[in-house]
Amino acid sequence: MSASMLDGTTSLRGTADPDRTAAQIGAAINVEQHPLDQIIRAERMPHIWCPGCGIGVAMRAYAQAILDFKFPVDDHVVVSGIGCSGRVAGYMNIDSYHTTHGRAIPFALGLKLANPKLVVTVFSGDGDLVAIGGNHLIHAARRNVDLKVICVNNFNYGMTGGQAGPTTPLGARATTTPYGNPELPFNLPYLLAASGANYVSRWTTLHVRQVKEDILYTFAKPGFTFIEVLAPCPVGFGKSNNIEDGLEEMELYRQRCVLATDGDVRAEELDIDLREERPIYVGRFIDRDRAPYQPVVIHAPGGAKEG
Amino acid sequence: MSTKRVRTGQHFMSGDHACAEGALAAGCRFFGGYPITPSTEVAEHLARRLPEVGGVFIQMEDELGSIASVLGASAAGARAMTATSGPGLSLMLENLGLGVILELPIVIVDVQRGSPSTGLPTMPGQADIMQARWGSHGDYEIVAYAPWSPQEMFDLTIQAFNVADRFRVPVLLMADEVVGHMVERVEIPDADQIECWSRKRPEQPPNGSFAPFEAGEDLVPPMVHAGEGYRIHYTGLTHDEHGYPDMSAETHHRLVTRLVEKVRRNADQFTRVEGYHLEDARIVVVAYGCTARSARRAVRLARRQNIPVGLLRLVSIWPFADEALRQLVPDDATFIVTEMNLGQISREVERVVRRPVRGVFHAGGAMISPEPILQAIQEAAQ
Amino acid sequence: MRREIRIAGFGGQGVGLTGFILGKALALYDGQEAVMTQAYGPEARGGASSANIVTADEPIDYPFIQQPDILVALSQEAYNRFRPTAKPQALILIDQDLVTPDPDDNIHAIPATRLAEELGRRIVTNLVMLGFFTAVSGLVSRQAVEQAIQTTVKPATIPLNLQAFATGYDYAHQPEGSLPEAEQERVA
Repeated sequence: MSASMLDGTTSLRGTADPDRTAAQIGAAINVEQHPLDQIIRAERMPHIWCPGCGIGVAMRAYAQAILDFKFPVDDHVVVSGIGCSGRVAGYMNIDSYHTTHGRAIPFALGLKLANPKLVVTVFSGDGDLVAIGGNHLIHAARRNVDLKVICVNNFNYGMTGGQAGPTTPLGARATTTPYGNPELPFNLPYLLAASGANYVSRWTTLHVRQVKEDILYTFAKPGFTFIEVLAPCPVGFGKSNNIEDGLEEMELYRQRCVLATDGDVRAEELDIDLREERPIYVGRFIDRDRAPYQPVVIHAPGGAKEG
Repeated sequence: MSTKRVRTGQHFMSGDHACAEGALAAGCRFFGGYPITPSTEVAEHLARRLPEVGGVFIQMEDELGSIASVLGASAAGARAMTATSGPGLSLMLENLGLGVILELPIVIVDVQRGSPSTGLPTMPGQADIMQARWGSHGDYEIVAYAPWSPQEMFDLTIQAFNVADRFRVPVLLMADEVVGHMVERVEIPDADQIECWSRKRPEQPPNGSFAPFEAGEDLVPPMVHAGEGYRIHYTGLTHDEHGYPDMSAETHHRLVTRLVEKVRRNADQFTRVEGYHLEDARIVVVAYGCTARSARRAVRLARRQNIPVGLLRLVSIWPFADEALRQLVPDDATFIVTEMNLGQISREVERVVRRPVRGVFHAGGAMISPEPILQAIQEAAQ
Repeated sequence: MRREIRIAGFGGQGVGLTGFILGKALALYDGQEAVMTQAYGPEARGGASSANIVTADEPIDYPFIQQPDILVALSQEAYNRFRPTAKPQALILIDQDLVTPDPDDNIHAIPATRLAEELGRRIVTNLVMLGFFTAVSGLVSRQAVEQAIQTTVKPATIPLNLQAFATGYDYAHQPEGSLPEAEQERVA
């Protein structure tokens, strides 16, 4: 991975005009058919996400990756847990399962093992995947089961109004940490690398192209893959932590993101605290070929077991 | 291959192994589970056997993951099962509700042990009966069977898969440590003698208009599997016929009512009871699972003393067999309910017969022997 | 008629397998009803363990033994622990080199471990005892047990197991076997 992957992120300035209302923008852009209409459940729009939220950006990258991938759309399945990111399952026009809080990964595992031809993506948030679903996350990574995980990390539980979660930085404000978070957060790439995932990367919602390219890459990558996408949650997290709006958080990403090249980032440097003037390392941290999980297969009667 | 799938013939087999063989004979091709005494032998046997028939065995990280994986496999089209005991069932209950609302056919085997909490891991209990019925939050109906022998561990596992598939419901096999571990003769029929009720499937090809949760007369919607091109959406949120979330009281009432009525209205197709000496009985013992074995012994001994007593054995326990109880038993009979808990099914019997019943209860740890049941019969006869 | 049998020994003596073969012989090859139960878990490991068989000519409702008619004891600890649970007049089969019984008991003794060692495999002690049991008890036919052995043990070990079974069975018929006359008649 070269530094050029970041190039596309520098031209964002000036894309939004705060004086124009959404209605005016809608009137100005009069398009009969959106290129993603075939893969988004248009009848489910408008979505539930707040202005400035980053989840839609990540979902759009996922949708585009499905269209760009060589497999038929109908071979794709998305599984979500609970939370704002969990609503992605309801908006994608593919076979989609919106399950219980924390259980998207084992549900997806059952789907994949019962029908191995499916490309099974788990699209969910940091609270769902890492807190209540944390045990499934690390064990699926350990098994290296062939699931594609997209984890939108917005540092809090957004849907329920901004409670602290397993990624909330030390000292950060949330409705359940009114005096500042007394706990240390997880460093997700480090956790997933240690757990055994075949592929681990981190981007932000500023890195639209990289996220899409990475999802496309992981579709073809056997084993457990994990893409962390940092995303603004201006209502849940930003407002309590002096980040004015989604755009300001995107600006922070632009200023601070540093592309990690192989071996030059120490684990602790992957820690994130948006409130501090320090680099946010992004990029592909792990890309390896541990054997993916395969159920035991027996060929001849009474024959030997295979890998 | 069929000889591997169905081990036709007579076997001397434990209940747990018979359950596993029943699953294979029923076409189960996915097992996700977590070891827990006294159900572990089900998992161990399937770990050996499923790969022989091209199925998948996976040992999950916990029971939360076990049931979720089984639901996922069912959604992909597989007959799928897990096996556990009380502590594990407690962990599975949230997703039992997911199975109910997504209408995913799965089988959960609960080999009950002494409880609550860690209780008596290696000893029997029957105290998860109400948990199976009411344990997940919300209003729902559940289907559950209570085998009393290794033979029924085989037969009722097949029945559980059939009901699960036909009516798109989770089905529980409420076994106990006694029937799980005891070894007895099990007859496995020829493959072509094994009844198979299949899932109702959509008649129309994939197109935009298909509503995956639109049900017909029997209230069971046809089932679509992942990867078939229908582009379905399943959600644990209250949803409309298209599967889309609909946060309205009206839709919620319609959905929950259909899910409950689906089981109630079709119940005569899968509730089962057996009567022994009920024809002239003035005293009726109600029992299920291993306890029914002692109850039958007690009834036989009492009959030798010319006491007009019979046994009503609940083969299915949920939905409760209200009608069978009313029809099989005279109005003025005296009821004795015996179970390895401090009174669970006895409340259902009291509800149906509208008067107090005598209980022969034990908290669990050892099977209730015939003697206290016989004593209760003798007391009732006086 | 209901008969209860307890086979007891220490871990590793194959008590469970012995009970399984006996139950299988009765239930599948001898036209009887039979149920086997065992203690499970930590309390079943080490020390004295047992396999329990109930057999009858009618369906067996209550599957557990209450007061065994026959006790097979392969160790002193098993004898000490389980003798009081058996009927006072119970038939008691022991390995005479490992168990010193109460002289008042109805004892049938065989040097099962020694005979197994003479066959080259101490591990088949349980099958020697099962042969002795079959001959002494008269509860189950020799053919049924042999069939159960053949359908249960690993194919490569069938000859050895059948040989061990025959050794125990034949020992009961030898004049130095300590069978009372009445029992010898029953066996014949």
